[in-house]
Amino acid sequence: MHPNSIDEALAEMGDGAIPLAGGTDLMVEVNFGHVRPERVIGLRRVADLHEWDGPKIGAGVTWRRIETHGPKALAEAARTVGSPQIRNAGTIGGNLGTASPAGDGHPFLAAVDASIELTSAASRRTVAWREFFTGVKETVRRPDELITAVHLPAELPEKQCFGKIGIRNAMVIATVCAVVTRADDGKTTVALGSVAPTPVRATGAETMMSSIANPTSSDLAEFQRLVSDEVRPITDHRSTEEYRRHGAGVLTRRLLERCLA
Amino acid sequence: MIIELTVNGEPVTARITNPGSLLDLLRDELGLPGSKNACEQGECGSCSVIFDGELVCSCLVMAADAADSSVVTVEGVSPDDGLHPIQEAMHRAGAVQCGFCTPGIVVAAVDLFSRNSRPSSTQIKEALAGNICRCTGYGAIIRALETVAMGAET
Repeated sequence: MHPNSIDEALAEMGDGAIPLAGGTDLMVEVNFGHVRPERVIGLRRVADLHEWDGPKIGAGVTWRRIETHGPKALAEAARTVGSPQIRNAGTIGGNLGTASPAGDGHPFLAAVDASIELTSAASRRTVAWREFFTGVKETVRRPDELITAVHLPAELPEKQCFGKIGIRNAMVIATVCAVVTRADDGKTTVALGSVAPTPVRATGAETMMSSIANPTSSDLAEFQRLVSDEVRPITDHRSTEEYRRHGAGVLTRRLLERCLA
Repeated sequence: MIIELTVNGEPVTARITNPGSLLDLLRDELGLPGSKNACEQGECGSCSVIFDGELVCSCLVMAADAADSSVVTVEGVSPDDGLHPIQEAMHRAGAVQCGFCTPGIVVAAVDLFSRNSRPSSTQIKEALAGNICRCTGYGAIIRALETVAMGAET
């Protein structure tokens, strides 16, 4: 089905219908025979989902557009999503719908306390990122709801950096990915992906660093240790718990140093 | 399900079997085997096409979603007689080994040069980040595209 508006799309939701955005996740499942959807709702033509109005990013906005027009750390994350082919197709809403623990866009949304707009034929709600993600590839989205937009705060931190550890430079799924932000008053946020079932904030490290105006090298070492302690990674086919724990600390320390530079 | 779309400038009508991909449609229904089927997960780029003006992996486009779209495949980039300048350059530079990745690389390069007629080496490498050559013949491929960039009219 090819609805042209959000209302037309919502009228088709439910009854096992699967919304299709860029296809970069769903079609892999289809090609490998893991999913055989009976009803697919193609969202490509829903113009409202492509709208991007300041802090409100339509769910259908592609990584390519975010790479060139997004806030700094989100644009940096977008540049590491897949390849040009994947960035032309994949969308921020699709990334959220899949809710992979390794989603490259998630740490930024967690770092700035973004919220996600969910719309059904009957109602619209906006949920904080922290409530949105409930587990590995699990979210609070109901079958009758579409992810329609991402809401960023009106004011974003002055300094913000994204980083990703992976086994290649391009076309790689994160072993660890992270965003660190720092505001003029020192308030620091640290968000990580691929180190827990959902994106996480390293709140102990944030609290510690937010109270320090000019961190010394021993402060930075303590920050790194706190992040490594706080994350809860697992060992899987992509990496080990130990490597991810170590990488989380090193990566976020380097991102913080970039913010301070 | 029957859909209509434009492929390489020609309007076509095709029967699709849900939930197959645009790649299956091109190869099996429309007799255009230039787009290759390799990884089926968007990793390798050998099925690259230009879909409504954007470079994408055709294995990740649901065929039904291609209704009323415009698709350019590798068959559509060269003139009726002869080769596209990018194909010429790759041929001259020996940038083809087994050849399986070549169509995808040609399409990705056509997309790059359509937006940037004088890309730097770094821009060429970034533009080809989604195209894997398992013969690892990247050096010759990049050198071929550099000659196109150098020869481009400003």
